Amino acid sequence: MKINVDEAKCCGAGQCVLLAPEVFDQRDDDGVVILLEAEPSEHLHAAVREAAAVCPAAAIELSEST
Amino acid sequence: MTAPSGVLVVGASAAGLSTAEALRRKGYQGRLTVLGAEPHLPYDRPPLSKQVLAGAWDPERARLRPQAALSALEAEFLLADPAVGLDTETRTVHTASGRALRADAVVVATGLGPRTLAGQAGLAGVHTLRTLDDAVALRADLLASSRLVVVGDGVLGAEIAATARGMGLAVTMAGPRPAPLAGQLGPVVAGLLADLHTERGVRLRLGAGVSGLTGHHGRVTGVRLDSGEVLPADVVVVAVGADPATGWLAGSGLRVDNGLVCDSRCRAAEGIYAAGDVARWRHVTLDALIRLENRTNATEQATVVAANILGDDQPYRPVPYFWTDQFDARIHVHGTPSADAEVTVVDGDLAGRRFVAVYRRDGAITAVLGWNMPKQARLRRGQIGDALPDLAPAP
Repeated sequence: MKINVDEAKCCGAGQCVLLAPEVFDQRDDDGVVILLEAEPSEHLHAAVREAAAVCPAAAIELSEST
Repeated sequence: MTAPSGVLVVGASAAGLSTAEALRRKGYQGRLTVLGAEPHLPYDRPPLSKQVLAGAWDPERARLRPQAALSALEAEFLLADPAVGLDTETRTVHTASGRALRADAVVVATGLGPRTLAGQAGLAGVHTLRTLDDAVALRADLLASSRLVVVGDGVLGAEIAATARGMGLAVTMAGPRPAPLAGQLGPVVAGLLADLHTERGVRLRLGAGVSGLTGHHGRVTGVRLDSGEVLPADVVVVAVGADPATGWLAGSGLRVDNGLVCDSRCRAAEGIYAAGDVARWRHVTLDALIRLENRTNATEQATVVAANILGDDQPYRPVPYFWTDQFDARIHVHGTPSADAEVTVVDGDLAGRRFVAVYRRDGAITAVLGWNMPKQARLRRGQIGDALPDLAPAP
């Protein structure tokens, strides 16, 4: 799994951090997403999929190799 | 209940798409159909009043998912075909084009329709903003105009006023409350918003009712206030709230009362569910019927609906959240603020326009608001109690 975040789309809700704090954080000054792990290990995939799905700005894109 | 063999989602916006995605994430492999009234693939509405209206984004950029992600969903999207009726017994949805779609589970996610003013329909230059096409049409009209009057002092009206001001128009905001968002956020924060809009050149004509529109040769020329004063305009945006899009449910036998009324599991009847702006469900803690109009509710409620369709038995108990961007202010609100709450700044300061405020009623924290401090506000989200008072009053 590879994660791409679109900082310009990010609204700073922090939903991703609530769901997957090992993978996402927010900048202190403006709340924009910080990607901690662009290729997270497998045990985090379910939480990351949830985070991408609930992001209210659709700012998280996943590419999953098949 | 065993997993259904066919799910039909009525509505192809955030709530509808999220329901479909959550069903697949949770392992549902059966037939999945998403019916949309608009011709567009799922797109996001919050950018419409900001990036899309300003022209900073192509409309394409508001798409909720890239094509590959939609394809991977293995759902059939039936677009440009509004639902016109529901047979509750057989769970059959009838569409404008004459389709009859039967499913084991039907999810109602038809959202809202904007309210309008009397006389609006016959006048060119008067807009509402709900859809992508609305945003494109409003932008085109703004680009050819110099004076905008926004009727409405809520989130949508304030965002449109800020965006249009940024496009160089002379903007006047009219509405019944004393300051933008005063009804939701109370006098302290709304007062700051009024200052911000005024500094940036928006003329506030608030605290006055609007009695109608004036026109000449079929084109709007102004907005008439209760006092008789007319605010001249080339373009008018009417942002006075919206109503649940439930007209198509007439005759279904389902209870419609300010939304499709559901139980605590977001279920309106056996095999029929609702998600998003249109859903009015029983909140188990409050023991009251609640309806929320915000972007995260669409997704969170859809997730619970998907789980319940697949056999779970989850009550839906969200912490409400919304954000709004106006000029350089990014405001994030967790919980349920109210105009009469006691507001205390707990981080930053009002004068610096970078702060976190907590809202209290009867001593309990009911909301946390961040003004240009999104992370710091989110970190206090856990302090909000479950006693959400007077949720979702009339806008």
